[in-house]
Amino acid sequence: MKVHRHSYDAVVVGAGGAGLRAAIETAGKCRVAVLTKLYPTRSHTGAAQGGMCAALANVEEDSWEWHAFDTVKGGDYLVDQPAAEIMCREAIDAVIELEHFGMPFNRTPEGRIDQRRFGGHTRNHGEGPVRRACYAADRTGHMILQTLYQQCLARDVNFFNEFQVLDIAFSEGRVSGLVAYELATGDLHVFHTKAALFATGGYGRMFKVSSNAVTLTGDGPGVLYRRGIPMQDMEFFQFHPTGIYKLGILLSEAARGEGGILRNADNERFMERYAPTVKDLAPRDMVSRAILTEVREGRGIGENKDYVHLDLTHLPPEQIDEKLPDITDFVRTYMGLEPKTQMIPIQPTAHYAMGGIPTNISAEVVVDGDNTVLPGLYAAGECACVSVHGANRLGTNSLLDIVVFGRRGGAAMAQYVNSVSHADLPAHVEDETRGLVERLRSSTGGENVADIRARLQEEMMDKASVFRTDESLRSVLDTVRSLRDRYQRAGIQDKGEVFNYDLTEAIELGFLIDLAESLVVSALARTESRGAHFRDDHPTRDDANWMRHSLAFRNDDGSVRLDYKAVVGGKYEPMERKY
Amino acid sequence: MAVVDVELKIKRYNPEQDEKPHWETYEVRVEDTDRVVDALHEVKWHHDGTFSFRRSCVHGVCGSDAMVINGSNALACVLLIKDVGTKISVEPIRGLPVIKDLVVDMEPFFDQYKSVLPYLINSKDPGYEERKQSPEDRARFDDTTKCILCAACTTSCPVYWGNESYVGPAAIVNAHRFIFDSRDEAGADRLDILNQRSGVWRCRTAFSCTEACPRDIKITQAIQEVKRAILYNRI
Repeated sequence: MKVHRHSYDAVVVGAGGAGLRAAIETAGKCRVAVLTKLYPTRSHTGAAQGGMCAALANVEEDSWEWHAFDTVKGGDYLVDQPAAEIMCREAIDAVIELEHFGMPFNRTPEGRIDQRRFGGHTRNHGEGPVRRACYAADRTGHMILQTLYQQCLARDVNFFNEFQVLDIAFSEGRVSGLVAYELATGDLHVFHTKAALFATGGYGRMFKVSSNAVTLTGDGPGVLYRRGIPMQDMEFFQFHPTGIYKLGILLSEAARGEGGILRNADNERFMERYAPTVKDLAPRDMVSRAILTEVREGRGIGENKDYVHLDLTHLPPEQIDEKLPDITDFVRTYMGLEPKTQMIPIQPTAHYAMGGIPTNISAEVVVDGDNTVLPGLYAAGECACVSVHGANRLGTNSLLDIVVFGRRGGAAMAQYVNSVSHADLPAHVEDETRGLVERLRSSTGGENVADIRARLQEEMMDKASVFRTDESLRSVLDTVRSLRDRYQRAGIQDKGEVFNYDLTEAIELGFLIDLAESLVVSALARTESRGAHFRDDHPTRDDANWMRHSLAFRNDDGSVRLDYKAVVGGKYEPMERKY
Repeated sequence: MAVVDVELKIKRYNPEQDEKPHWETYEVRVEDTDRVVDALHEVKWHHDGTFSFRRSCVHGVCGSDAMVINGSNALACVLLIKDVGTKISVEPIRGLPVIKDLVVDMEPFFDQYKSVLPYLINSKDPGYEERKQSPEDRARFDDTTKCILCAACTTSCPVYWGNESYVGPAAIVNAHRFIFDSRDEAGADRLDILNQRSGVWRCRTAFSCTEACPRDIKITQAIQEVKRAILYNRI
């Protein structure tokens, strides 16, 4: 196996919104390389639809403090409040900056950036919905991804496309290098670097029904987890209420922001019972639970009574064409239905990881309960946990997160690399990765990677998704461990070097199994219900015991050791979450 | 929804073993509401793990899985089995070098995209507020912002197959997106680039690109608008 060597000041891993925004910030300040296992424009930021919130107050009164309050309450008070305040305050500049970068936002008649309603975003601490989401039709993420990529081209950012990072090296207590696998050749590349910023996105593909790209397998968190970095708040995984039935393809909350309504088998607008003030625009965790409660109580629709309807039929057709063109096209393509006249079968879909690599407000990775910084290591976007989303992220705050903390991480990293020299690489830095690749390539085991993955996804969906119990979690933990054994015996057919996706899928499954175990163990320990983590056997929030972040550390055998750290409070005292 | 048996004929090429591409046929069982990409996954996961193709979002927004399906360019994640039938042929998009199976070298395509200055150019300090743009001005380039750079259009163009120096429809679409953006100042530079031998005049309005676009962008119309802007020196 050929090994190539490179030297950079800094390396960004992942080229979605967070990675690209970080790269823009470092451009011209240091020598930076951006590595992505895809092409930048294929990143899943491009699938985000509805909007990016910022209290511009372009169409009605608003303030960033209200936005911060909504973010804290929406996150069920597991949010670190100083981080949320930074994000919501800097949101305004971030949107303006994107516009200056060329982002084609929808406009008001006066030519300003238009804004619309979104779930959980309210006027004056919960009085009613507010128009806060800046948007570009229902392809806001696509436009942000394109705009940031364009700005990287304008700055001549150095991309290594289809390079998959599989290991990281530390020396002298700080980052010294990365090891990447080049898909086109099967060669390894060692990057000697002072710093690395991980922006690899989520890992929703551990669940059967997911809005995530099939490439969202948690490689970044997986690499760090194996090297001793804890994973924070893994038990909090968001299920978006409106995935296309069975396929899980996302239908944006903007559909409800524009006036769409959820209905059960009795054609009842059931959200009026669960969230009397904001109704269908309640936060996602509450709406997903409401949908599955309707299903559990027999008011689901269809042969198996296992879905509900999203109703857009009362919206003016021109509003649908102008504001929701893409998602209504998805419905036509994949369901064969006309959303202007027919209701849409939907079910909750695995959407977003609130948990991930623990970071501080400069996107520096912190590795223990005392928030000790690991010099040279940064993370931003979905793979990171600042924590601005707490136990449940509000819609649009992910696009905001990637831009704000991508920029902060890039700035902090550029400053850091200009103050230190390279640490020496450890000897044989690529050996671990070479071993992993060669072991899989030469394995004669009869276990099939796709079958193991499918079983993992089914079990996680059935037993560790919207509703959980001690029993369901113990059961899924047993399964994950047995799948880990089967994975050791997995073999692949493709022994070649060129575009061997058989190999990379097998490697990705290893990351998914690791992260699934950390999620389940964290969820099993948390004997309360908060945000997206709901335990039927512990159905209330327990602030006395559980107002703290989980930290999952990986033991050598893949098992998990848990630790905890304090939530950073602020001016908003925890209160009951009603909408 | 019904279970169907599909005969998939796939053009395979492994540079480590084969001198030239060849067809292989696979029988897979899928549901008729499945996507073509699901059938390809079934081949890869349960018949032949050596089969390679790119894909990511699997719902038509990332642009990874453009390929020739039953003779026409499409995204494998946007076509359903019931819409293409139970005999399906799949081959790599044309005009770009094949690396392995359905994986082609995308670098020439992205180089052409980069050649049209695909980023907003405006030297004026915008200050602390957004630049104003009326909804009407915003609408002028709305259609071409939808491009996902999948290359389905460019690799469906007969002119592009015969002349790889032609920038191709996708690059022109992305130039259009900025030329007609009221905030941009470099429209004349892009028109100069597209007025060269490798530019818009190569287009013979065959409409192949428009038919191939999975995002329903009116590509031929966008190319015509660029041609007119060059001819009449008016944006």
